[in-house]
Amino acid sequence: MRKIFIIASVAFAALTGVAQAEGVLPAKGISYSFEGPLGTFDRGQLQRGYKVYKEVCANCHSMKLMSFRNLSDKGGPEFTAEQVKALAATFTVKDGPNEDGEMFDRPGLPSDRFPSPFANDQAAKAANGGALPPDLSLITKARPGWYGTINQFFNGIGGPQYVYSVLTGYEEPDEEMAKLQPPGKSLNHYFAAGPWIGMPAPLSDDVVTYDDGTKATVDQMARDVSAFLAWTAEPKMEARKHLGFMTLLYLAVFTLMLYLVKKKIWAGVPH
Amino acid sequence: MSGHSNYQPTTRFGKWLHERLPIMELIQAQGMDFPTPRNLNYWWTFGGILATMLVVQILTGVVLAMHYTPHVDLAFNSVEHIMRDVNYGWLIRYMHANGASMFFIAVYIHIFRGMYYGSYKAPREVLWMIGVVIYLIMMATAFMGYVLPWGQMSFWGAKVITNLFSAIPFVGDAITTWLWGGFSIDNPTLNRFFSLHYLLPFVLAAAVGLHIWALHVPGNNNPTGISVKSSQDTLPFHPYYTMKDLFAIVAFLVFYMAWVFYSPNYLGHAINYDPANPLVTPAHIVPEWYYLPFYAILRAIPDKLGGVIAMFASILILFFLPWLDRSPLRSFKYRPLSRVFFWIFVVVCVILGFAGSGLPDNYFLSHHAAPADGGFHFTYKIVGQLATFWYFFHFLVIIPLVSKIERTEKAPASITEAVLAKAHDHAA
Repeated sequence: MRKIFIIASVAFAALTGVAQAEGVLPAKGISYSFEGPLGTFDRGQLQRGYKVYKEVCANCHSMKLMSFRNLSDKGGPEFTAEQVKALAATFTVKDGPNEDGEMFDRPGLPSDRFPSPFANDQAAKAANGGALPPDLSLITKARPGWYGTINQFFNGIGGPQYVYSVLTGYEEPDEEMAKLQPPGKSLNHYFAAGPWIGMPAPLSDDVVTYDDGTKATVDQMARDVSAFLAWTAEPKMEARKHLGFMTLLYLAVFTLMLYLVKKKIWAGVPH
Repeated sequence: MSGHSNYQPTTRFGKWLHERLPIMELIQAQGMDFPTPRNLNYWWTFGGILATMLVVQILTGVVLAMHYTPHVDLAFNSVEHIMRDVNYGWLIRYMHANGASMFFIAVYIHIFRGMYYGSYKAPREVLWMIGVVIYLIMMATAFMGYVLPWGQMSFWGAKVITNLFSAIPFVGDAITTWLWGGFSIDNPTLNRFFSLHYLLPFVLAAAVGLHIWALHVPGNNNPTGISVKSSQDTLPFHPYYTMKDLFAIVAFLVFYMAWVFYSPNYLGHAINYDPANPLVTPAHIVPEWYYLPFYAILRAIPDKLGGVIAMFASILILFFLPWLDRSPLRSFKYRPLSRVFFWIFVVVCVILGFAGSGLPDNYFLSHHAAPADGGFHFTYKIVGQLATFWYFFHFLVIIPLVSKIERTEKAPASITEAVLAKAHDHAA
């Protein structure tokens, strides 16, 4: 089904709302468990995705909108409260000032935000060849994987697919391209401002070790971490879909009842 | 205003109140007994739908304002705080953001309905003009609301729109500086936009009050466009139209809620989930979908001031519609040529919307740039220019001319006659 839509999307690239830069490929149309009106997150996948984020992405990217406590929220990875407490405590957080006016270090608490890898944007840029690694909290809502008014209506904006495609889309430049390669940049045709990207390929097989025994291929890690980032961007998605189902059911019945009332009142009144 | 009721207070308190404030009589006369043409179709339910949307926007907006912080360093995160940490904050925000789009969908249907059935014609000119004022206030309110989350499109959209005023000769720059509250879009701009975004809906509500007042003096138009001639032509507003409107409102809520729960970000821009950054210009700055036709008109004129004038003129021209239409009949139901041009006009407005959505120099409905060789290419810009021409041509030439020369079809003598003929057709 998705294939059909992707093909249709090329036809309808047509009704595009936003222009896509020349030479940038639309994201790969992979499927996730959380798509569709009834889709939910795969807890195991979110837990694996968190591990990839923590051990790989978080070395350069901040995620300022998330707190450790969110990891045990309903509708997320749903780690236990004890796991989250233990996890948070492995981080050191600067707090203060105390009564003496001194800043001090303490172990992290569930209420703490995810610590950022750099003190500020300038430090982040200085450490990354002048390019600022964007905050990842909302990345899957801020980056469309494909365009087209009708395509996006049926398939969403493809944010998680965008992240997946960038992570799995690194290429060795051929001779022609190598001549154009700016120093310190890699070739990635899925990167929105591409094809040259400041981030070197972050994933390689077994760069993390999954706790559930899943084999950590690049493809697997890219799927897991992009699913995790879909959750961080929209942590209330499951609650939303569930409440939506109940609301629409209620409204549909209510509409039908009102229609019958209206019909009865108007019966025998020419109009 | 209370000539349609025989309200008699029945309780002692009712009598006491009636002598001091005859509000119950007003409610009964205007909200229940009000004689309404018996033949209104479902296009007439959008008035009630709009009133509902205004209430929804005000209620959700008041709650959002309790949790939102209008400061350049905090606004973006406070919206995410609403989305993540406020109980059902995500619901309130998605209702408000999508509610704006629903409000515009309903208002466009409402305006086109008025155009088709000649509801702007005498004696409803003032009613129509108040409606245009309401529409203008809506546009200003929605524009300022979109700035508040302080994302990339918020910031750059605000920049483009406020910069339009700099096209005004001599005082343009001074006006822009005054609007911004400084020499660039910054905290003072965000603060005043928040203040005005909170204020304008109440101005809007007052204008809606005038709109309803101006409606209740001549009474509703109706699909035949023929004036009410006897009490046979009408039904009391309650229960006939209260229940019909309520049914339509709840059916509209189904549509609205489907967006809120299952596609809450579709009508927005992805890039607005990037915080505002004055140093990084987005590749393509576009307004919300409901402004796109006017954005196309703005860009159609090669001269900046000319574009601004054309854009404002495209709305202000609506004020003159009652006098541009010279036909003795109101409803296009009996005006075959006007009907054809009405639908052409609707299509042109949709085309203008698409024309406003793409980069001017790309081929229309494509994301490929046309070569800059000076030749003719079917680009967004060209389509926008042709459609802009037709937009004004419709109002300034077609309507006055067609309404004067067209051969109208025979209209029934009264609403009752039309209704009975229809009932007869159904029976046959």
